[in-house]
Amino acid sequence: MNLRRDVFQAIADPTRRAILLLVASQAMSAGAIASNFDTARPTVSKHLAILTECELLSQEQNGREIYYHINATKMKEVADFIEPFRKMWDDRFNKIEAIMKKYKTK
Amino acid sequence: MEQKTKIAAENGKHDLMITREFELPLDLLFRAYIDPEVIGEWMTSKVVKLENKKGGSYQLEKKDDNGNVVFAAGGVIHEFIPEKKIIRTFEMANAPAGVQLEVYQFERLTDDTSKLTMHVIYESVAQRDQVMGWGFAPGINMAHDRIEKFMSTVK
Repeated sequence: MNLRRDVFQAIADPTRRAILLLVASQAMSAGAIASNFDTARPTVSKHLAILTECELLSQEQNGREIYYHINATKMKEVADFIEPFRKMWDDRFNKIEAIMKKYKTK
Repeated sequence: MEQKTKIAAENGKHDLMITREFELPLDLLFRAYIDPEVIGEWMTSKVVKLENKKGGSYQLEKKDDNGNVVFAAGGVIHEFIPEKKIIRTFEMANAPAGVQLEVYQFERLTDDTSKLTMHVIYESVAQRDQVMGWGFAPGINMAHDRIEKFMSTVK
């Protein structure tokens, strides 16, 4: 059985984050992605499999090659997850800024 | 547009970093954290006690119109370097959030701007995730799995 992998586990790895950044600009074949890393090809393949499994990347057959695309919807979902918490802090800091600006003019 | 407040939280760790650049000179930003009157204003709580020194402690309290305490929090100050650094603990009373260690770094950027970096360390990964609202993550994944299973039976 193939257990769903944790998306946050996936993006916690620096190599996988680098892969996502790379593919974000354009769809790439596994070979082209691997050529950007010193890591052994099978290791990169494993990272790609994990990213695909948690739907951060999607595959598309293009001739003999498989191209990897970024799944923007899923990426947004990940970013949104932290958003309410970030917003809470942002609001708090905005408030501090507004209050302290008052003291500035005094 | 670049966000002014940034949060960095790696999966499986029990800490997080919050950074924010302010359109305030360093002295005013620092004052927002040490002046009881000002803290009371932005925290919307009364500062019952605040000793801005190493080994000092602080207490915040918020009461409703009937005088019932609706929020109380406090901690101990472990490091106090004016306009530079504060290390303190923070604990909310009557809340299962545990004690967190907070490291505040204050930096001057220009005459009119400054930066705050907060490193918050929780007792456990679970506690941090709960505070961040990530405690719901497994539930969302499960729901997703169920939808997927259902869709595959429809196919």
